[in-house]
Amino acid sequence: MNELIQESKVAAFVEHLPQTMLAIDKELVSKAIATIKTTDFPTTRTEAWKYTRLARIAAISTANQTAREGKNLSREDIHSSYQITKDGLTFVFENGVFRSDLSSGEFPAGATIKPLTGCTKEELAIVGKSLTLENEVFNAMNTAYAVDGMYISIQDKAIIDAPIQLIHLITGKNTVSNLRNIIQIGKFAKAEIMQSYFALDAEASFTNVVTEVIVAENAHLTINKLQYEEEGNYHISTEQVDQAKDSTFTINTMSLNGTLVRNNLNIEVNGVNCMTNLHGAYVLKSNQHVDNHTIVDHKQPHCESNELYKGVMDEKSTGVFNGKVFVRKDAQKINAFQSNGNVLLSDDASINSKPELEIYADDVKCSHGSTTGQLDEEAVFYLRARGISEKSARHLMVSAFIEDVVTKIENEAFLNYTHSLLKERFGWDF
Amino acid sequence: MITIKNLHASIDGKEILKGLNLEVKAGEVHAIMGPNGAGKSTLASVLAGREEYEITEGSVDFDGQDLLELSTEDRAREGLFLAFQYPIEIPGVSNINFLRTSLNEIRDYKGEEQISAKDFMALVREKSALVELDAKLASRSVNEGFSGGEKKRNEIFQMAMLNPKLSILDETDSGLDIDALRIVANGVNKLKSPENATIVITHYQRLLDYIVPDVVHVLYNGKIVKSGPKELALELEEKGYDWIKAEVDAQ
Repeated sequence: MNELIQESKVAAFVEHLPQTMLAIDKELVSKAIATIKTTDFPTTRTEAWKYTRLARIAAISTANQTAREGKNLSREDIHSSYQITKDGLTFVFENGVFRSDLSSGEFPAGATIKPLTGCTKEELAIVGKSLTLENEVFNAMNTAYAVDGMYISIQDKAIIDAPIQLIHLITGKNTVSNLRNIIQIGKFAKAEIMQSYFALDAEASFTNVVTEVIVAENAHLTINKLQYEEEGNYHISTEQVDQAKDSTFTINTMSLNGTLVRNNLNIEVNGVNCMTNLHGAYVLKSNQHVDNHTIVDHKQPHCESNELYKGVMDEKSTGVFNGKVFVRKDAQKINAFQSNGNVLLSDDASINSKPELEIYADDVKCSHGSTTGQLDEEAVFYLRARGISEKSARHLMVSAFIEDVVTKIENEAFLNYTHSLLKERFGWDF
Repeated sequence: MITIKNLHASIDGKEILKGLNLEVKAGEVHAIMGPNGAGKSTLASVLAGREEYEITEGSVDFDGQDLLELSTEDRAREGLFLAFQYPIEIPGVSNINFLRTSLNEIRDYKGEEQISAKDFMALVREKSALVELDAKLASRSVNEGFSGGEKKRNEIFQMAMLNPKLSILDETDSGLDIDALRIVANGVNKLKSPENATIVITHYQRLLDYIVPDVVHVLYNGKIVKSGPKELALELEEKGYDWIKAEVDAQ
């Protein structure tokens, strides 16, 4: 047979990446590879990627991914620079590879926490169960080329008080990290997970992380996510969440650094009486681009979702917010609130904001709104008339604006750490 | 304290101040009265450094410094205080945080040390009592959800905190009921000293029953057209401004 296959750009991109060694379903991997062969990087003609250009990711020269040496780091380095709190467990990954030498902590009772490379086929049977591959090249790439990631399974009724910290470091030039996390919270269980992303001497590197989350009946999960990979690096993150009845899921996404950041939050609310909270802050400068795409799909009645995203854009940075809330036909008595606020600090900064509601039920309470503005110049003058410099006056107002969503973070250590990064990068005091 | 000579200022090409002269010495209270549109608020804005106004002629000497050369914040740091006619609401910025930043930037400018948290809170307690401002308001967002009276009391509270050399009260009495007016005036009187001075810009004579001026000026058509003792205010209250307009227009 004489086949003429025109390979996609994605196929060329992954050519040098080693196929996943994880014990995941072979058929799933084959399906992912097939998707990659026939699908190209999305362009701005694709609605979901209308405002986010991926050319710079596609242009990464991906040869020489193998045999990289890990950075010479100690636990002390992790502790002093990246660890958000000393409490709980800390797991460190470098370019998607688990670094047991840098990870530490006492394993709590009632939880199985280990890297995916150490998981059995049975444990990983859940992988890809509700993740779309078709037309989703980054999901497909992650499935076919995942190096490692964290497997967190909390037993029924287990309450894990101390946070589980996952620290992801990228290092080196043109590094591609496909990272896959599995999080299962058992019935009546409770846990808090911190995911933080940093760059260490990295350049033109790309992180593609997929986290699959199952929150069982009456379980509580909070994810605090911090994106602080340096400028010049690219990051795409997808959270696929399945909520069972009476459960609570909260995610706080702080995007403070990185040249291109895209977050896909797909929350399927599959049970009654659920609570879903999505909060996000993006504070950008230079040429940064941060795109938050969220979907909350209310399939069952008597649920509540609260979504608040706020952004501050300076210099030539750009932001995208696209929040979609679905309320299905039988999902009555839903309270869904969605709000996006933006402040543009320069004439060259911009935001594309699109809050969307699709409601098929008739007894619901939903609202959505989006605001974009500049700082109130009258207020700046008022502060200056009290002896405050123009710079501090603007900082005072911008930090007050963003603090509204940053303080949704309940974990004090994570909140303080976020504040310290805002101080480091923007010079703001809180 | 302040010497204004032949001040001309315009906005959007329209001249509002047309050669204004005024001198205020330390320890004095001056009232500036005048009909609507005379340029009273423009004078306050120009002195505070609003950039929309263009100064086309004249000079302002503030305690030996060329005021017009200073930025808004430096004017405040040198001891000029404007109590706003319409205080601005700033959501999310707490009154306390705002005032601490303000005090510390002024101290920094003067090469002084930052105020300690303890001393700052003691100062807040002392000065908020002066204008009977509820301590709870002090910790709320700047002016957000304040009543008209509370906003004006907050202005005088800030004035008390910053202890300026020259205070300009821009229509501080407008919209105040008699109790609030008394509280505000009381606050201003208590802050009076031989080292500082006050310019009271007002429409009504009523405030001047409580804050007694040393000199009353009438501002009309961008100039001070008449100055006199405190009794001039009473005369204006009784006779209105028409006789002054007629007097000026006849010249």
